[in-house]
Amino acid sequence: MSTPAKPPLDTVAHATGTPEQPQPWAELGLKEDEYTRIREILGRRPTGAELAMYSVMWSEHCSYKSSKVHLKQFGEKAPHSDAMLVGIGENAGVVDIGEGWAVTFKVESHNHPSYVEPYQGAATGVGGIVRDILAMGARPVAVMDSLRFGAADHPDTKRVLPGVVAGIGGYGNCLGLPNIGGETVFDPCYQGNPLVNALCIGVMRHEDIHLAKAAGSGNKVILYGARTGGDGIGGASILASETFDDAKPSKRPSVQVGDPFQEKLLIECTLEIFRENLVTGIQDFGAAGLSCATSELASNGSGGMRVDLDDVPLRDSTLTPEEILMSESQERMCAVVEPDKVDRFLAICEKWDVIATVIGEVTDGDRLEIYYHGEQIVDVPPRSVAHDGPTLNRPLARPGWQDELQADTPDRLERPASAELTRLTLLQLVGSPDQGDKSWITDQYDRYVLGNTVLASPEDSGMIRIDEASGLGVALSLDGNGRYAKLDPYTGAQLALAESYRNVAATGAKPLAVTDCLNFGSPEDPAVMWQFSEACRGLADACQVLGTPVTGGNVSLYNQTGDTAINPTPVVGVLGVIDDVERRTPVAFRTEGSLVYLLGDTRDEFGGSAWAQLAHGHLGGLPPQVDLERERLLAEVLIAGSRDGMIDSAHDLSAGGLAQALVESCLGGGIGARVVVPDTIAAFTFLFSESAGRAIVSVPRSEEVRFTDMCRARSLPAARIGVVDGDALDIQGQFAVSLEELREASASAVKF
Amino acid sequence: MARVVVDVMLKPEILDPQGQAVQRALPRLGFEGITDVRQGKRFELELDGPADEAALARIREAAETFLANTVIEDFTVRVES
Repeated sequence: MSTPAKPPLDTVAHATGTPEQPQPWAELGLKEDEYTRIREILGRRPTGAELAMYSVMWSEHCSYKSSKVHLKQFGEKAPHSDAMLVGIGENAGVVDIGEGWAVTFKVESHNHPSYVEPYQGAATGVGGIVRDILAMGARPVAVMDSLRFGAADHPDTKRVLPGVVAGIGGYGNCLGLPNIGGETVFDPCYQGNPLVNALCIGVMRHEDIHLAKAAGSGNKVILYGARTGGDGIGGASILASETFDDAKPSKRPSVQVGDPFQEKLLIECTLEIFRENLVTGIQDFGAAGLSCATSELASNGSGGMRVDLDDVPLRDSTLTPEEILMSESQERMCAVVEPDKVDRFLAICEKWDVIATVIGEVTDGDRLEIYYHGEQIVDVPPRSVAHDGPTLNRPLARPGWQDELQADTPDRLERPASAELTRLTLLQLVGSPDQGDKSWITDQYDRYVLGNTVLASPEDSGMIRIDEASGLGVALSLDGNGRYAKLDPYTGAQLALAESYRNVAATGAKPLAVTDCLNFGSPEDPAVMWQFSEACRGLADACQVLGTPVTGGNVSLYNQTGDTAINPTPVVGVLGVIDDVERRTPVAFRTEGSLVYLLGDTRDEFGGSAWAQLAHGHLGGLPPQVDLERERLLAEVLIAGSRDGMIDSAHDLSAGGLAQALVESCLGGGIGARVVVPDTIAAFTFLFSESAGRAIVSVPRSEEVRFTDMCRARSLPAARIGVVDGDALDIQGQFAVSLEELREASASAVKF
Repeated sequence: MARVVVDVMLKPEILDPQGQAVQRALPRLGFEGITDVRQGKRFELELDGPADEAALARIREAAETFLANTVIEDFTVRVES
């Protein structure tokens, strides 16, 4: 492996002259046919730097090569929506929320890094998604995250969870962004592969939308932000050890360290640059660093770009050109700027103490050319790197065990035989890590900084005020259920969307658009690919019915430990708009004497339920049915109820069913409820079934007639099941539990 | 009775935002000529017995598993006389 003398720089000329030189394409994760294709595109062997670029840009993570044939549906089946200003394909979609305001939002995974180094992995996950939003020209105003860990009592969860939570809190709090919601779920399938999905939302005026492109010959390419170091280039060290002797620090870290204060400067600096209209194109540095930013900027423009790597400010002078191109150092951005605006651009950067350097310019040609020490080391058509990566139609097959899993219904599970046992079941549910109080986690996040948060965890959705004068606001929810998706990925994905949609509507906001983070196992496993294709199909079909287009998102594959994949976990974020946040509906019961109504139909549905898992460790059967038209109707009623002041509180029913929702509404308001089980249904089913399309609302007595008339007129089943009253949850004729006991059970569930 | 010092530093290739902040502040305060700053932590451990090989092995284990995050940090263990 070790070569005593430093070999010559692998320039384009050198590569042309040494076609037979062996290259470590396999070690860089390229397949033989991909390497052959690169040689065909270039008409010669790639240089080391070109190989580095192609290998990272054609990786699953950057090229979506296994997923894009399925993701196409989100565009093809997208429902028409007047609210869409920028669709899927940009850094993030942009949605019109009225009054000249637009918001952009996106969710992205940082799963693997968060397992290796929980604090930094989760922190840089937040940093990455915030820069994505920033690159659209929007001011980031809030974050959210969806977290999944192994069993709560597993020793490694005690390592991973506190680190991840501290990392999200540390980075987000330092940036001054409120963390307004999300979810935390525990399941042994995530033990060796936790999921950290971070969402950011940004706000801008319509006229401020910016898209990444690099048109205009002579325009300058400016790299600004942090210096480039050897972060996250574990892969490139293979190239390095091939090219240089082993004396240098060849073991590059795969861990990137975030610096939120640098990011804060980058945000303010970038927004000022946008305000003065100084850029024609802009790109954040995500995975694949400079390789990605230059090739994407160039290929979105006219194609030609020349970059000089010697001008890239380095933190570590021993970096090879390949490593500079692949480095994932955080807090960097790339802008394309007209020559006469460069001085002003640099002056603003200096004001914010942000390092900015002209590293190249847009050229007339259609090639991306990169020079190092005066020699040309990259000469490629940028589209071939950024967009024309391989597309795979991977084999997919419904797994053999699927039928068996679905046949193993929860009907055989023993249900609590007495009222007392049902009461214990309720306490067990309320005190379980999945359903219990998550304050230990959410208290580490600043939820109210910036002063615009009107709803945050544990509400159904986070909600922030956008316009102080009019009260215009947006609500966001982020939900998924891997257990449902394992039982039936098509329905499971729709249930995730339905829950998120319902959560947004429950606060009184009208759902407008969707972002998704699709977490699955290895695409090389046909069973996983089948799960993935079913989930995409389910989600795209459901978005069509609900009229909420997918605006963007992220795919994370290879989430597995050994050969065992995680449960397929599509996580869906829904964004909604509310005309006046004063009209919002909280989860908590507020007024004694208000009437509790259950909206929707309750069936005997326990497949994938929290009860089946908790009481029996069981996962089997079918997930709850989805009725999207019903979800729409329910949402309309919840929104109208909020707008017209007919309801005091609303809470969506999901995992844990009615019982869990009642407990949360009671504990939230510190008021109990007396509930009557209808004659037509068994108490246990009534309390714990997880049928979708349901919510509970509390209605002031004065509004009862108006509310029930509305439900009847729209044919939404609404059953009066009780009244807000007292200091216990009293299921009449069954059992009663004091709020004190419920609070104690819930509060002790999640502590690390 | 002996004192053992464990020094924990970020690995050289890992970004050190705190060190950078200090470095940027130095010239502003008139301290010129310093080209790089890396900030670490120092632990002073007081032993109730001699710092023999067995004790040091335990301390190395503690450093490896608890005092340092060896994914991003290196440490050194030395006996202070």
